[in-house]
Amino acid sequence: MARTTANGNLKLYLNQNGLKCEDIKRNGYHNRRQKNGPGTGVASRQPRQESFEQAPMYVAVMTYLGFGIVTLFGYLRDFLRAVGLEKCHLAQEREEQKDFVPLYQDFENFYTRNLYMRVRDNWNRPICSLPGPVFDLMERVSDDYNWTFRLTGGTIHNAINMGSYNYLGFAENNADFLKTVADKTRQYGVGVGSTRQEIGNLGIHEELEQLVANFLRVESSMTFGMGFATNSMNIPALVGKGCLILSDELNHTSLILGARLSGALIRVFKHNNMHSLEKMLREAISSGQPRTHRPWKKILIMVEGIYSMEGSLVRLPEIVALKKKYKAYLYLDEAHSIGAVGPTGRGVTELFNVNPSDVDVMMGTFTKSFGAAGGYIAGKKELVDYLRSHSHSAVYATAMSPPVTEQIIRAMKCIMGKDGSTEGIRRIHKLAENTRYFRARLKEMGFIIYGNDDSPVVPILLYMPGKVVAFAREMLERKIGVVVVGFPATPITEARARFCLSAAHTKAMLNQVLHHMNEVGDHLCLKFSRLKYSSCPNLHDEKDFELGS
Amino acid sequence: MFMLLTHSQPCFFSFYTNNINMASGQQWVLVEMVQAFYEAPAYHLILEGILILWIIRLLFSKTYKLHETYRLTEKEKEDLIEEWQPEPLVPPVSKDHPSLSYDVVTGPPSHNIIINGKECINFASFNFLGLLDNERVKQKALASLKKYGVGTCGPRGFYGTFDVHLELESRLANFMKTEEAIIYSYGFATIASAIPAYSKRGDIIFVDEAACFSIQKGLQASRSFIKYFKHNDMEDLERLLKEQELEDHKNPRKARVTRKFIVVEGLYINTADICPLPELLKLKYKYKVRIFLEESMSFGVLGEHGRGVTEHFGVNIDDIDLISANMENAVASIGGFCCGRSFVIDHQRLSGQGYCFSASLPPMLAAAAIEALNIMEEDPDIFTVLREKCKHVYTALQGTPGLKLVGVQFAPALHLQLERSSGSRDSDMQLLRTIVEYVSPTRGVALTLARYLEKEERFLPSPSIRVVVTIEQTDQDIQKAVSCIQEAASAVLK
Repeated sequence: MARTTANGNLKLYLNQNGLKCEDIKRNGYHNRRQKNGPGTGVASRQPRQESFEQAPMYVAVMTYLGFGIVTLFGYLRDFLRAVGLEKCHLAQEREEQKDFVPLYQDFENFYTRNLYMRVRDNWNRPICSLPGPVFDLMERVSDDYNWTFRLTGGTIHNAINMGSYNYLGFAENNADFLKTVADKTRQYGVGVGSTRQEIGNLGIHEELEQLVANFLRVESSMTFGMGFATNSMNIPALVGKGCLILSDELNHTSLILGARLSGALIRVFKHNNMHSLEKMLREAISSGQPRTHRPWKKILIMVEGIYSMEGSLVRLPEIVALKKKYKAYLYLDEAHSIGAVGPTGRGVTELFNVNPSDVDVMMGTFTKSFGAAGGYIAGKKELVDYLRSHSHSAVYATAMSPPVTEQIIRAMKCIMGKDGSTEGIRRIHKLAENTRYFRARLKEMGFIIYGNDDSPVVPILLYMPGKVVAFAREMLERKIGVVVVGFPATPITEARARFCLSAAHTKAMLNQVLHHMNEVGDHLCLKFSRLKYSSCPNLHDEKDFELGS
Repeated sequence: MFMLLTHSQPCFFSFYTNNINMASGQQWVLVEMVQAFYEAPAYHLILEGILILWIIRLLFSKTYKLHETYRLTEKEKEDLIEEWQPEPLVPPVSKDHPSLSYDVVTGPPSHNIIINGKECINFASFNFLGLLDNERVKQKALASLKKYGVGTCGPRGFYGTFDVHLELESRLANFMKTEEAIIYSYGFATIASAIPAYSKRGDIIFVDEAACFSIQKGLQASRSFIKYFKHNDMEDLERLLKEQELEDHKNPRKARVTRKFIVVEGLYINTADICPLPELLKLKYKYKVRIFLEESMSFGVLGEHGRGVTEHFGVNIDDIDLISANMENAVASIGGFCCGRSFVIDHQRLSGQGYCFSASLPPMLAAAAIEALNIMEEDPDIFTVLREKCKHVYTALQGTPGLKLVGVQFAPALHLQLERSSGSRDSDMQLLRTIVEYVSPTRGVALTLARYLEKEERFLPSPSIRVVVTIEQTDQDIQKAVSCIQEAASAVLK
């Protein structure tokens, strides 16, 4: 695949590059991009380009201004509340405990109370159906400016779901597909009631682990009941005091928590910036641990396959090269990429054609592409054996629920074609096709979107807090469920909407979303891009994908 | 260099005095200078010339930095990088490591469990109320599966909130008679996320030494000051609280913003003891410390309606700031919850890491938990039955030769420890393991050792065999298990 598209890419890149030099103030990303340069040979293997276009200056100014205004209003309203002119809706401390040290400091909750509260109808929207390509939202209203919600009992039927991580469409309730899951529920019940090490190690857990290892083409694997905990409970088993963790600045909270719990020293390198990573590696190895200057016991590089807020893909070939050069270990979190990228859905290692054995710890979750819950760690047999005896999860946490286990098994078998159908591969192709189509169309319309052309996570930059909210509400009016995120999940000036594509989305659904996006984009002035994307034929061409796979 | 400077002092003087004299001569300055120049002996001129050059050199040369000599050259760095050999990612695990080969359970882990191909009566799974293979629970789970599929494909914030979750939360709040409840998708993550949501760097947490591992992880994630008090020792706790009070008097400004918490378990999983809740409450109000209570072992077990330790002691539940429990034991599903007043609980919806950043609980597991609550509410007698079984097992296991029973008589998960240690932890573990292997699975009773990560536990509990009581165990089952254990103990321990 890489070969067939390399030419086009190069052209595209140069094209962008030329524009960049003339038109766009270079932001951090672009600078990094050039330093790492695709000319270094390894990078040209990267199948598609990533772009992080910077918005015009006025956008940043307006964004800060917007935040300034709401903050001022916040202070004003806090003042009104303090003098009793405005009713305070917040739950209060009980009388008996008023003389305790306050559980929250006032300033800690300023943001929640004055900013988030005004707009919180855009999050935690309850749904009452399958989280498939379309879903039913429960209608809710607020009589007191979002302090409390009341469910009206009505539903918004068949809204298009652009928010769930249902990449391969395995969040489904077709009785034929779910037959084995139902059987397992009847046979086992839903719980386990013990830990893996004690008496909760079921035969189907072992079957799943065998399958995961086969799927990932590694020696062995172990599975855990929660994706978040897979990171936070296993990293401490791998590294500890005297070890160094080099972590990408955009890593998920679970990785950060795991790193923190491990007791190892954590240093953060700039997102996907190989230059920054290499500098840190050199510096760390040559100067040893701080103060004692003893050599590090081990160095672990922690990265994600697809970064869920940026839609960017890890620069895996370069990282593997660095890791080998400096004898560090690599921890790859494929929460969003497993199943979602690669010609047969095996994640970023397959996409970049990297040997899975070059990645020391392959981690991923079953929540997203597999429509289930939990996570895995896979790799060499020694690694997995060590985790079996030393993972916090194996000793203290209840084992994975049997029906959930069966769901993963059936989804994985489907992806691997072991169910005797081509359904899995069809879905993988459909997702790739949807991704390219959707991204290309949005770019044409003039939205600024971040990330790699292959990533099914599509962040659309909205910048200003007011627009974020207006966008989410307007899209809901048009029966499209979108996810919007702002500070603190993103940098303060880079609030965005995030679309997750699914193999279950039909072209008609995507067209409908695009149609509304176009209207809303014009209406709310969201088309910030100053790059002119002609409809590049390469992006629509499904053939090259087929050829490559 | 210094030596040289001191040497040269006289010459400096001559030079300057010359200059000053010349300056006073005003008009003749230049002439005299030239004259002096001619009159001076050659060696003098040469010496002064050299000195002037030396000074200029000193002025323009870079300042001498000490650490510059320490800075590594690129070559040295390359060598160091070349030389560095990391430890292996994981140390090798020997093939016969006791915790490496798991027992394999085929079929459901319910009352009758098949371990390594042998059918046993289950005395090891925390399925206290026998809801694991309850037909009603299964039917509800299946109905939910039919409607919602399995996964939620998103965290609560991003379309991962289902009507089932809202229902379960309000049902749990009702069941516990609190204002609000919040559910997590994993039992272990519940208290481990709840503690750091409130207690931050600089705050103080008083915690029982026997606290379970997930509490320990929560404490660690909070980065607060941790003060351990002796297990269930209220005097020791009060001593620590008093110390802190003195400390607070010294620095009242700091004390005004330092939050203080006591974290205890209702029934301790590691010791099967109950916490002295009424005494803890007295201390709470005396020293103004908030109480977090972890009830995974006591929820659905203690109290007339299964509400846990608060009901057991007849304590007003509002006096406890936060109660957390998992739904993996008595409820026989997956996940956990926290409950309490909205003032406290609501904060976790933005600050509980395991809540915000993890996919939500699969709806079928939530539906199963709701049905389990239904059963618990419809028939509170099951709690009485469970307590009687506990008492039965407790009395029957008394006086097992060489083993001592640890725990309170109404605890459903007891520990059997060695009466006399054989000297080392390893050999104690080996003895207990032999007992377990004698009974399970060959003699048809499933037992397990209580497993711990020995290097990770703050206070490592003594080695023990876990004995779990469920309402499904008949008198004959209990009789069989007890006689097996006694037989094994007398065979192994002699």
